[in-house]
Amino acid sequence: MLLADARALCPDLVAVPGDPAGDLAELEKLALWAQRWGPWSALDPPDGLLVDVTGAAHLFGGEERLLKDVAAAFAARGLTARAALAPTAGAAWALAHYARPGAILASGDDLLRLLADVPVAALRLDDDVLTALRRLGIKRLGELAGVSGAGEEDLAREAAARDALRRRFRNRHSPAANPLLRLDQLLGKVPEPLLPVIARPMPLVQRRLMEPIRHRTPLDTVLADLAAEMVRALEARGEGARRLELALWRVDGEVLQRRIELAAATREAGHITRLFAARLDDVDAGFGIEMVQLRASWSEPLALAQADLDAAAEDHGTSLAACIDRLSVRLGPRAVTRPVARASHIPERAQSWQPPLAPVPPSQHPLAFHSRPLKLLDRPEPIAVLHAAPDGVPQRFRWRGEVREVARAQGPERIAPEWWRERSTARLRDYYRIEDEAGRRYWIYRAGLAGDGRGGVPEWFLQGLCA
Amino acid sequence: MSSKPSPARVLPRTAPDPRWRPGSPVQPFHSEIFAPAGEASGAGLALALARDAMTSLAAGEGEDTRQVLWVQDRAAIRKGGRPCLAGLPQDLRHRLIHVAAATPEDALFALEEGLKCRDLACVIGEIAGNPKALSFTASRRLSLTAEKHGVRLWLVRLDAAPDLSSARMRWQARAAPSAPARWDAAAPGPATWQAELFRARTHAPGQWSLSDDAGTLRLAREPDLDTLAAPDPVHLARPTVGRSLAARIHA
Repeated sequence: MLLADARALCPDLVAVPGDPAGDLAELEKLALWAQRWGPWSALDPPDGLLVDVTGAAHLFGGEERLLKDVAAAFAARGLTARAALAPTAGAAWALAHYARPGAILASGDDLLRLLADVPVAALRLDDDVLTALRRLGIKRLGELAGVSGAGEEDLAREAAARDALRRRFRNRHSPAANPLLRLDQLLGKVPEPLLPVIARPMPLVQRRLMEPIRHRTPLDTVLADLAAEMVRALEARGEGARRLELALWRVDGEVLQRRIELAAATREAGHITRLFAARLDDVDAGFGIEMVQLRASWSEPLALAQADLDAAAEDHGTSLAACIDRLSVRLGPRAVTRPVARASHIPERAQSWQPPLAPVPPSQHPLAFHSRPLKLLDRPEPIAVLHAAPDGVPQRFRWRGEVREVARAQGPERIAPEWWRERSTARLRDYYRIEDEAGRRYWIYRAGLAGDGRGGVPEWFLQGLCA
Repeated sequence: MSSKPSPARVLPRTAPDPRWRPGSPVQPFHSEIFAPAGEASGAGLALALARDAMTSLAAGEGEDTRQVLWVQDRAAIRKGGRPCLAGLPQDLRHRLIHVAAATPEDALFALEEGLKCRDLACVIGEIAGNPKALSFTASRRLSLTAEKHGVRLWLVRLDAAPDLSSARMRWQARAAPSAPARWDAAAPGPATWQAELFRARTHAPGQWSLSDDAGTLRLAREPDLDTLAAPDPVHLARPTVGRSLAARIHA
């Protein structure tokens, strides 16, 4: 029903916009809070929580009192909750949704017989599966499993019902689409992995300042203190920071953010201070900064290491990771890169640039008889050529305003366009390695052939400079 | 720190070699190579000299796995391009870190930070023209940093006039016609340069024709026929004297 229609029917209707992301975040917080009843908890979006209370009920004085405690705690938070307790997650879900509040199944109970009167929707199935079951006339769990709540045993009927289910849903493999799988999960015959929610607080240190600071020197001091504190916090967790965020709260409510990323996990206060000092030059303190906060939003395990016994090696120079950090803080993260080979025949596509300390992807060894130039121009520069034959080696060419005579040439090396990446009109390239009369060696190519039907007269380009 | 004499003071005490030659045991910490921007001779010679220094200094120490830092400023990238992975010497391909600096100031900063790093094998720089930032003071800073931390620097100056500098060795390089390739006389041979050493502390100035023979720096005019330029390391062929099928048919 549209909101306008609903309002026409009931003018007093209160409408609140939905916020699924906010609800999920709230549910995550609630899951952490619910760990007061058990060691771990899992989300069941959009509105459920699963808590493992195995062996923890006696701490609350029994299972009934635990459920009462749950009801009271949720009521105190202003939330309406339906709690239930069962040996498996599936059974607990069914009880919580389709039984009276506070239902408890003990581990010795015959789950199937006790839950025989619960509707099939309690199996957490998809809507289309529920529709299919309803059209088959199956409404209750007992009908699905071939048992009745009355208690008489009929193994043959149970087996026949299982067979029918298996045949009907034989090519449904996801649990939410296969009632038999869900039934077995409910009974505990098939494992049901759950993803627990684990709280990982990020290392965070902050300083509230009695007097707002307006000058650089005290800010540097505060930063050095924070860095030392952060290093202690990281050391206690056995981690090193990869990304650090510095937030400065000004008196007028403005928040200034500075962020650095590090090439390798680090725990050196001096290094952190130095990197941030380069980023603090443009901070406008205004009427003063009253709070400074440093947090490590990305940290990686970093074991404690033995300090170098040779003191000279310690204070002599910087490590590679520190050097790359300093370079990328000043020049930008994309300025410091490492060339890596990529699977391509086209020269400019055969290498890409990645962060210098990232692992190098495996690649095929380049063919030894392909000689490549030492340097490649960022984009091939067009040259004007005079050639002897239409498809032959040029005799003379003009590049950057200077005419050069070709003394020696090797080629062509034909590189066909990569049809799986390029348009069908891309032209092939014939590469020549040439040396001019002064000994300058270049790598030039002709784009296309004279009669290939993919454009006019082939053009010549200079792409590489050989050593 | 002050008790330790700087390598600059130590260097002249070793017997100075009047004439420079490839593989010399005395290797400077800061060299400059002036080269035209329209050819890769500067970068090629810098790489060859760096590899020459690394092999002659670390003979028998096992494989060097330290990284090589290659710094270029934007004008140098525009004029001469970026290093091509497949064209680099085999042992440098997996250990090259490239820095693309926007300005000469940033390039100088990157060079200095690279020289301070103890985990680098050497630093290669490429700066185009004569920027104001690269004054005598800046080059002196680079020399002192290189000598203090023991990391060698080869700075390629593209299309630059040789102004004041404190580099210990200064070369003027340009490409030279190469020796004929072994298998194809019409093809360009191994990389050859005409290099002129016009200022050096420990050597007399002079002029050399150098070539890069399968990764080793050699004098190009060496009358050594065996090493005269095999661009490929395949030594499988031998002359077919007296066994040529064509010769038999004609006979």
